[in-house]
Amino acid sequence: MATTYDYEEAPATYDEGRHQDLGYDPNFVPDSVKSFVVHLYRHIREKNVYEIHQMYEISFQTLSDRLFKDTPWPSVDAVAHYVDNDQVFCLLYREMWFRHLYARLSPTLKQRIDSWDNYCSLFQVVLHRVVNMQLPNQWLWDMVDEFVYQFQSFCQYRAKMKNKTEQEISLLRQYDQAWNVYGVLNYLQAFVEKSNIIQILKQEKEGLEQFTATDGYDYSGGSNVLKVLGYFSMVGLLRVHCLLGDYQTGLKCLLPIDISQQGVYTSVIGSHIATIYHYGFANLMLRRYVEAIREFNKMLLYIYKTKQYHQKSPQYDQILKKNEQMYALLAICLSLCPQVKLVDETVNSQLREKYGEKMARMQRYDDEAFVIYDELFSYACPKFITPSAPSFEEPLVNYNQDAYRLQLKLFLYEVKQQQLLSGVRTFLKVYSTISLGKLANYMEVDEPTLRTILLTYKHKTHAVDSDGKIISNADVDFYIDDDMIHVVESKAVKRYGDYFLRQIVKLEGVINDMDRIKLE
Amino acid sequence: MVRERETPKQQQQVSYTVEQLVAVNPYNPDILPDLENYVNEQVSSQTYSLDANLCLLRLYQFEPERMSTQIVARILVKALMAMPAPDFSLCLFLIPERVQMEEQFKTLIVLSHYLETGRFRQFWDEAAKNCHIVEAVPGFEQAIQTYAIHVLSLTYQKIPRPVLAEAINIEGLSLDKFLEHQAANSGWILEKGHGRGQLIVLPRNEFNHPELKKIAADSVPLEHITRIFPILG
Repeated sequence: MATTYDYEEAPATYDEGRHQDLGYDPNFVPDSVKSFVVHLYRHIREKNVYEIHQMYEISFQTLSDRLFKDTPWPSVDAVAHYVDNDQVFCLLYREMWFRHLYARLSPTLKQRIDSWDNYCSLFQVVLHRVVNMQLPNQWLWDMVDEFVYQFQSFCQYRAKMKNKTEQEISLLRQYDQAWNVYGVLNYLQAFVEKSNIIQILKQEKEGLEQFTATDGYDYSGGSNVLKVLGYFSMVGLLRVHCLLGDYQTGLKCLLPIDISQQGVYTSVIGSHIATIYHYGFANLMLRRYVEAIREFNKMLLYIYKTKQYHQKSPQYDQILKKNEQMYALLAICLSLCPQVKLVDETVNSQLREKYGEKMARMQRYDDEAFVIYDELFSYACPKFITPSAPSFEEPLVNYNQDAYRLQLKLFLYEVKQQQLLSGVRTFLKVYSTISLGKLANYMEVDEPTLRTILLTYKHKTHAVDSDGKIISNADVDFYIDDDMIHVVESKAVKRYGDYFLRQIVKLEGVINDMDRIKLE
Repeated sequence: MVRERETPKQQQQVSYTVEQLVAVNPYNPDILPDLENYVNEQVSSQTYSLDANLCLLRLYQFEPERMSTQIVARILVKALMAMPAPDFSLCLFLIPERVQMEEQFKTLIVLSHYLETGRFRQFWDEAAKNCHIVEAVPGFEQAIQTYAIHVLSLTYQKIPRPVLAEAINIEGLSLDKFLEHQAANSGWILEKGHGRGQLIVLPRNEFNHPELKKIAADSVPLEHITRIFPILG
């Protein structure tokens, strides 16, 4: 898949010209950077995961903030001789180099292509050679996450053909394999397959393997890199499929990971959030609103309780952004499927604060409501992409919004079909029985129309789950006997069993405490 | 930190079924013809595979020049037949907007809309005007009738004959025959309604008979009880 293009310091290109303006010399290596690479190289050779993690998370950020606020790090050629010209270390260094570039600066087309080449080389090493390293999960997650992010960024960049220069167009034509969608998907798939991660997770359930228990790390002298990259690639595949609009397959890719439990995906906050965000979004588009609400609720509660611990982390801004987006998606789900009892009190009060008013307006299903659905969806949705190669024919156009517009249009279409359901709910909540004739009168429609509205209500509130079973997500339900509607009261079911269990344990605790006092 | 892996022995050529291809090697432009043939096979043998069809729609998305609108139309008809599953929408998410603007796709979207909103009379009228699209796929009529009965079964305990007739597009003697068959095999009961009408009693399920809904909420799993075994002992 990789082109055989070797990375060179291209002399006197527009890159270097721009960098010279900023006083950037790719060959200048400050002492702190020399020290950084030397120590990081040593820790990697000695498989000291804790130290690697500290350097990766903290030192790299500190140096970036101090020395490389708006310039790239020194080039890999400049640091290579400090690390025995080790091929793999250089690939890892370049991976960090490009990630820093994307985060702080705007990559040129050439740099995008070079980054793709670097990923290819790095991934080829992991897939086809025996790698004897242990890297922190944070880093391995960031690799997959960044890989997908750069792919998405490239697709968006490439889709804006209108103002491309001659040079850019000729580069795009020449390097048409760079960030090719087949390449991206096949690398992720290759990681999943080569690592045998699906089998490992299956066998773990039967107690024949250890993976989650060790957070994916290998304590018998081996390497965690391929296994954990394979694991995170499943999340990567979910993400790419969501970007393409294929929610069904995305969820299928995630299936081997049991999200009702803790797992390696929860060992890194970024991975946890990315998994649940995309899982929830896919379920929303599949009309499985209850499932989406449940998972968003759990995730938002978790972020609420733990975000203080991530304040200093470089991922903090991303965490906050995804938090806000999930609240918006939750608002959408609850407006389409009003099951407030599924939401934790803490999350609910945050939701009311952020979107209380908007949710009330959404449930009115008038023109204004659609504007708000549009607004929230557009704010919270993934950055959909058009994966196909661009047309180089005149006139050159920008088509980077096409994918997003299609998903939005189809989403709003679904919302429109549910327009009349809100009115039905209001009436059903008030009556225990009512004749079709009377209700038709109140709703100002004729009887046949009312029958279709009631059928729509039933169809839309009874989703098909992943096993093909029908699941009701209706908050208020009914059945029709000839021409009488009988409303079904959904009582809040008291959970006596759980209550008694808790009290039994509590009482036992109190008795034990009392016994202890007597003995003293 | 790295050493060379031994090169694997040359693998024997194995022929895969389409389902295996989709599971093992889905991101491969070479399987496009196989997937197209599989769509035609699904149509003629009245089978269905959502995963294979989504795989094909994805490949069309990656290489739009290779898209066959005829195949896409067949996929959409098959998806319609899979209702109440949301397969039709799932397919639309992968089809470019400009393709969806073509006449035959606009028609299919309208048909889907009628089915999604319980407007069966309008659906059958529109389907009749476009029989070239729907008659191309055997089993279409039965599949939609099955869907109609599904939604009616969620909604009605007892349904008046004319309402049922309109939903499944069967009338008169054919309907009598159909009702007899359902009464004999699927537990339908035919009653006399008020006036001269006939009432059909649909089979009981948890959706039209709420008392049948298992109160799963209050059952306690065994693992939780084991927590208090030491106390009870």
